[in-house]
Amino acid sequence: VLLLSLSVVAIAHAELCKPDAQNAFKVRLSIKTALGDNAYAWDANEEYLFKAMVAFSMRRYSSKRTTQISNVLLCNVTGRVSFWFVVTDSSKNVTTVPGSEIEAAIRMNRNRINSAFLLSDKTLQFLKITSTLSPPVEPSTPAWLIVFGVVLCLIVAGIVFLIVGGIRQHKKKNKESAERESLEEKDEVTVTAENGIACESLDLKAGHINGVFAADDERFTSL
Amino acid sequence: AMEKSRPLWDNPLQFIFACISYAVGLGNVWRFPYLCQMYGGGGFLIPYLIMLVAEGMPLLYLELAVGQRMRQGSIGAWKIISPYLCGVGVASVVVSFFLSMYYNVINAWAFWYLFHSFQDPLPWATCPLNINHTGYEEECEKTSSTQYFWYRQTLNISPSLETSGSVQWEQALCLTLAWLVVYLCILRGTQSTGKVVYVTASLPYCVLIIYLIRGLTLHGALNGLIYMFTPKLEQLSNPKAWISAATQIFFSLGLGFGSLIAFASYNEPSNNCERHAVIVSLINSTTSIFASIVTFSIYGFKATFNYESCISKMILLLMNAFDLEEGSLTADNLSEMKDYLMATHPREYAQLLPQLKNCSLEAELDTAVQGTGLAFIVYSEAIKNMEVPQLYSVLYFVMLLMLGIGSMLGNTAAILTPLTDSKAIAARFPKEVISGAVCFFNCVIGLIFTMEAGNYWFDIFNDYAATLSLLLIVLVETIAVCYIYGIRRFEKDLHTMIGHKPNWYWKIMWTFASPLLIISLFIFYLSDYILTGALQYQAWDATQGQLVTKDYPSYALALIGLLVAASTMCIPLGALVTFIRKRLERESVSTI
Repeated sequence: VLLLSLSVVAIAHAELCKPDAQNAFKVRLSIKTALGDNAYAWDANEEYLFKAMVAFSMRRYSSKRTTQISNVLLCNVTGRVSFWFVVTDSSKNVTTVPGSEIEAAIRMNRNRINSAFLLSDKTLQFLKITSTLSPPVEPSTPAWLIVFGVVLCLIVAGIVFLIVGGIRQHKKKNKESAERESLEEKDEVTVTAENGIACESLDLKAGHINGVFAADDERFTSL
Repeated sequence: AMEKSRPLWDNPLQFIFACISYAVGLGNVWRFPYLCQMYGGGGFLIPYLIMLVAEGMPLLYLELAVGQRMRQGSIGAWKIISPYLCGVGVASVVVSFFLSMYYNVINAWAFWYLFHSFQDPLPWATCPLNINHTGYEEECEKTSSTQYFWYRQTLNISPSLETSGSVQWEQALCLTLAWLVVYLCILRGTQSTGKVVYVTASLPYCVLIIYLIRGLTLHGALNGLIYMFTPKLEQLSNPKAWISAATQIFFSLGLGFGSLIAFASYNEPSNNCERHAVIVSLINSTTSIFASIVTFSIYGFKATFNYESCISKMILLLMNAFDLEEGSLTADNLSEMKDYLMATHPREYAQLLPQLKNCSLEAELDTAVQGTGLAFIVYSEAIKNMEVPQLYSVLYFVMLLMLGIGSMLGNTAAILTPLTDSKAIAARFPKEVISGAVCFFNCVIGLIFTMEAGNYWFDIFNDYAATLSLLLIVLVETIAVCYIYGIRRFEKDLHTMIGHKPNWYWKIMWTFASPLLIISLFIFYLSDYILTGALQYQAWDATQGQLVTKDYPSYALALIGLLVAASTMCIPLGALVTFIRKRLERESVSTI
């Protein structure tokens, strides 16, 4: 009788858990991609842990549920590593928990499940359950505006500095030419001018003496 | 009273740096590598160097000599050569004006990318999430994150030219900043420009050297270099290769805008412009070749990266579909495994077939890009995959800025020098006010290019505002100097300036070779436009995530015609106006 009941249970389980069964989910793990050399092998112990995590998620999600590890059925484990699982309902005979509940439970506890296996959303995939992607951190002021503001202030400061410097130079030049004009207007003080340039403003020391026109005593024949 | 002397460069080095800063621009980085790739790789250097010697150096020497001799901006210089040629100077100013209107938008984009480089991760490295955070933005999924950042987040481009959309305030801010920077550099004339060109001329080379070292050490760079530089000598028989070489030399040196005349007019009369012309044109071409080495190594890196991620995707797809063990499929055994799987599981394999792609390195290398696409999409894609991408991003966009601002300095000099030379305007307003007015006016008009359809208008200006007009202007310039002014008189002027007469090589180039080349280029372009029929443009389709070809609406075609006519008509109009004025003077004299 025991053998018969066991085989009935086994057949029933096989009926419930098969690829594309109702309320069944496919799981795919990429352990080597995630962990490289530290990758662990997928064996019966890992499967036990997985069953435990699913049962844990169901219990956390709905306090009514008293899901046992034996309620979680795994099948079609491949070398990839991928498999299908269902969660049976112990209160009702030979039925599975609705997929929507399982989905909600897994979603709620995704982080815990991932960390138990040292994997992430990408390397531990529940194929029909989409994960919410974490939004990127956005600062209150966009970073580019800050840099823009800094550069803008520098450029405007440079422009103002150059313009003010130019105005000051302009005023100085105007004052100088006004002084020179007032000097030239005074007829009593004859200002010796050469080509319209007042001789005082010329720096005679800096000028070159043109040797051709310099008075050379030897040019004049001696009397 | 003492006459106000013309401002001069502090030393000849400033003049060389100004010319290099102006000539070495974005075209060296984003146009020459494309041409090199399209027209025979290493073999393209042959027509390029021939055109440099036959067309580039003589025309550059001619413009510099004219500016140095006449010591005036373009309008004044051509008026001295012959009063009927004042239209040539005006045409140069008009073309420079059009150029400065749209060119600074590129600097605005460079600023935008530069400011966004101070983030981790770079904003163009990943796609943004969609509204309910379940996946990525749809448009970004269809195309790549770098293209999405360019077309959507930078330009916010509209689907066609007709839908103008609104002005993008972020781009408008960057454009204003770009114009403020230009204003700062030209504010004091040669005093300020002379110092700025030390930086704008040398900084790009520093960055290019850093990128050369970085580029050559990237994984897969060698693939790009070998593929691009292997000469395909059969392209030499393609006339388009020679025409592209001639066009590239011509536009790369910036002839005909009046900028070179303006720069040379601030020289000492005894400056050796012959030597400087040879130096500047050689440096310009060498920079193009240097920049293409960098670009090809970047191409190689990007193509190898894409090829390897394509292979990884295929491996993942096959592994998941057939539940194979991890590590059983590698890049080496991929093709054998594909055949094996096709044989053992034909039905499932057939189902998978539409998603399976044949990854090919050659196909990735063959994607040839030029223009803003190369500078802002391809390079940013390569940068996001490097280590410390923020550093390389900042360096790269600072280099683009230096190149762009250097060219803008030349452009604005071409506009401002005639304005400050003319006594009517210069006597009433100080040069700070004139520069400010020009910058402000250009900035306001430039806001058109910051609208959603702005990039389409940009393409119109980029393709048509300067091309035909410049060819005509330089042709008239060469003929004017050789035949109206007289080659003998020009020779004597050069002898006075630099101490020796130009040898027979220059004379033959000026009188025959260069004008013939320009005429043939002109005829080619005209016939090309006429034969093509309807002019078309590339529009971005957000639903497909790629560019589609569309026809220009009639008002865009009218604008194109107006752009070309506005500058070319100045030449005959100028001659006509002078003729009428002389007639009136003669009549008024004779009646006395």
